[in-house]
Amino acid sequence: MTEQGIGARVLRKEDKRFITGKGRYTDDIRNERQAYAAFVRSPHAHAKVTGIDSAEAEKMDGVIAVLNGKQLTGDGIGNLICGWAVNSKDGSPMNMGAWSALATDKVRYVGDAVVLVVAETQAAARAAAEAVVVDYEELPAVVHAVDALKDGAPQVHENAPGNLIFDWGIGEEAAVDKALSGAAHVTELEIVNNRLSPNPMEPRSAIATYDEAEDHYTLYTTSQNPHVARLVLSAFYQVAPEHKLRVIAPDVGGGFGSKIYIYPEEIACLWASMKTKRSVKWTSSRSEAFLTDAHGRDHVSTARIGFDENNRIVGLKVDTVANLGAYMSLFSSAVPTYLYATLLSGQYDIANIYCNVRTVYTNTAPVDAYRGAGRPEACFLVERIMETAARELGVDPSELRRANFIKAFPHQTPVIMTYDAGDFAANLDQALEAADYKGFPARREEAAKRGKLRGIGLASYIEACGIAPSAAVGSLGAGVGLWESAEVRVNPVGTIEVLTGSHSHGQGHETTFAQVVAERFGLPIENIQIVHGDTDKVQFGMGTYGSRSGPVGLSAIVKALDKVEAKVKKIAAHVLEVSEDDLVVENGEVKVAGTDRAMAWHEVGLAAYTAHNLPAGMEPGLKEGAFYDPENFTFPAGTYVCEVEVDPETGETKIIQFVASDDFGTIINPMIVEGQVHGGIAQGVGQAMLETVVYDEEGQLLSASYMDYTMPRADNVPSFVIHHHSTKSPSNPLGMKGCGEAGAIGTPPAVINAITDAIGNNDLQMPATPPRVWAALQAASTKIAAE
Amino acid sequence: MTEVSMTVNGKAARASVPDNTLLVDFLREHLRLTGTHVGCDTSQCGACVVHVNGRAVKSCTTLAASAEGAEVTTIEGLANGELHPMQAAFKENHGLQCGFCTPGMIMSATDMVARYQAAGKELTEEAIRHELEGNICRCTGYHNIVRAIQDGAAKMAAG
Repeated sequence: MTEQGIGARVLRKEDKRFITGKGRYTDDIRNERQAYAAFVRSPHAHAKVTGIDSAEAEKMDGVIAVLNGKQLTGDGIGNLICGWAVNSKDGSPMNMGAWSALATDKVRYVGDAVVLVVAETQAAARAAAEAVVVDYEELPAVVHAVDALKDGAPQVHENAPGNLIFDWGIGEEAAVDKALSGAAHVTELEIVNNRLSPNPMEPRSAIATYDEAEDHYTLYTTSQNPHVARLVLSAFYQVAPEHKLRVIAPDVGGGFGSKIYIYPEEIACLWASMKTKRSVKWTSSRSEAFLTDAHGRDHVSTARIGFDENNRIVGLKVDTVANLGAYMSLFSSAVPTYLYATLLSGQYDIANIYCNVRTVYTNTAPVDAYRGAGRPEACFLVERIMETAARELGVDPSELRRANFIKAFPHQTPVIMTYDAGDFAANLDQALEAADYKGFPARREEAAKRGKLRGIGLASYIEACGIAPSAAVGSLGAGVGLWESAEVRVNPVGTIEVLTGSHSHGQGHETTFAQVVAERFGLPIENIQIVHGDTDKVQFGMGTYGSRSGPVGLSAIVKALDKVEAKVKKIAAHVLEVSEDDLVVENGEVKVAGTDRAMAWHEVGLAAYTAHNLPAGMEPGLKEGAFYDPENFTFPAGTYVCEVEVDPETGETKIIQFVASDDFGTIINPMIVEGQVHGGIAQGVGQAMLETVVYDEEGQLLSASYMDYTMPRADNVPSFVIHHHSTKSPSNPLGMKGCGEAGAIGTPPAVINAITDAIGNNDLQMPATPPRVWAALQAASTKIAAE
Repeated sequence: MTEVSMTVNGKAARASVPDNTLLVDFLREHLRLTGTHVGCDTSQCGACVVHVNGRAVKSCTTLAASAEGAEVTTIEGLANGELHPMQAAFKENHGLQCGFCTPGMIMSATDMVARYQAAGKELTEEAIRHELEGNICRCTGYHNIVRAIQDGAAKMAAG
């Protein structure tokens, strides 16, 4: 390890602009003659649009245009699509309902965009939006997925009878049924995975500018994947051809999945900029963000797990109903299927698994990937049912886990995944040791003396990251390949620009990626610039989500570095008149191994560009590109321990300690990785104890502000204890696994296992708010009294 | 329209603005000081915190007109040639990720430390977490923000 290389806690290069107020987020940008957009949104969860009267709005001061869905579709703008085709068990294709960027004849959730107003100021646009009169014929609404499947439920889309999008299954049902019927013990659990709002602190924003002379569009947008945005906007929505559309995602203030997707607002602003010949800017209010940013989770599941007489798992059967909201968002179909059910084996050797998933339309905001995306739902189910089973079997939950851990790799699960590396017991031991698990009974006793209920809970999570081999996801229905690209440009003076298709919206790529280059050539990271987020600069990229920037994005960079090094050696070998096999690149030099003969790095760079003395037939210049397609998913895993104290008088729960032991494979910058885990844990605590999206029965969103939706604040979480025990991933050159989502995956079950341990009642759903905890405690006391 | 004049980061600022112009819009749109952010519409998230006459306020719920004659400091005005100790502490303790809440966090933190130091009170971890109630961060889990404020407080006391 060098001072700035792999494994070093290098302070972030990108911080200076953020701590001095010089960050450049989309809403900070203002073009010449900037016009502003505001959307008229449906106040109803389900209604026919019977008329739109824009006359008053059009007359108002500063109004440039009032545009509706009929005009939009009339101009040939296509519907939004889901880009991952998932078939039902019977082979029939998923029932995807039409989604126009501006609703034409029907609205399907509160917040559905109907009309776009463009005006000279934001205030004028918003005022005019208020003046647009939309006539609605209200229809009955349905908000819960289970209700939507019932006979007679309101129909959200005509082409999805019974609101069923698909009825999908994975695994061998008959084998699981047989295993469970022969089991010595079966544990059953009903689980609700609560709906969440991602809430990156920067609201979504878009600035679309049409250049009439060039017939060219530029879109600044809050995106995690600007190239995917451009592809989808071009190929599917017919907004502009790909070579006539530049998409720039500048500084982006957090994403957590919600900024993967292309939303109606981006489409509408691009179209409106062409209609009005003005640059059109829209920035979401927080209320609009709650209404329209894709939500996460929202599963209702029942699960049965069977054990033999030696407490070994013999089978797991799961039935899940997943709410996808009013429209199918871009990757919504993959989340409750291939990103969820494929992880139901957890860290355990389970011969038989079957999972049935029904996805359902409701009159709520679209649901798609949110930090963890399917894997938190799988982990919560597996780790809650393991803990529950341990309690029923009367064995220590850590020992039940240990006895069932997968110990040999590679391991083929019955649900597609091939786990390639791990040491689950090592992470468990590290977490238990750090949490002083053995000392817990004494702490429980001490708390009881103070009138408090102390509980401890574990979660041993596994996830699949670095998504994913293109051919594999293609065979599962993905509409895209999930490789990554990189280009390394060595300048004549030896400084380096690295162009990457990954996108940083808080992850610190400008530092981490530079560390890898610095280590490779022995150069200072100051000499390395990471370029990302602009389709005119970076040729193509698949973006950042699914903890893929390390295992996939950096692997592409490493491949390009390999090519650069090969050419550098050829040049130096020619100049120094030695064999390239005798050369090593280190400390900023290309030198003959074991001698003091060398060329400085910048001398090689200059030689490549002066081209005065290159090997015969070699092209001048020093620039190499690479595409990296993963061989497999990567499998971060670990164990989390949460210890809580409950006040039995109020149900108020305090986290006393939270310990994580993660296996992320190779870690480039431990400081940044720890930060990722901290943030993930806080979001996991949010899901477990604080956050939930609430619609009333009419489909009105009740949790549409920070007054109503409880975000984790500084006093809701403790300081965290973070440990690592790593095994390298064999699937990529650096051995990385990804670290962005683990915290959000492992935390909710650890927290709920701890609270249910404290209160002695396993029947507790998220978020475990004080009233719920108090009620569960009372129910447990009543039950004990009755017995 | 209302004439407003104030001192922002040591420079005189004057403009004629609609009566209902918020201080944050005056800063961002009229003065183009875009370091102050808007993260919500209910005065909860604290991304918009600036100092008005030395006190931390949420500029998203302050009328520009109510800051008439005031001394306003934004994140852009905090560094004086070199980074303010609290800015340095946020960098050195990895107290930021996406950076969006960071200006408000730093402005709240400097105000918090100044108040506690003036009152001779100890700024414990518990106190920092309590004081941060008006600032939401979605990235860091607050762990390193707390460390940064502890470090920044020590640096401010030493400086």
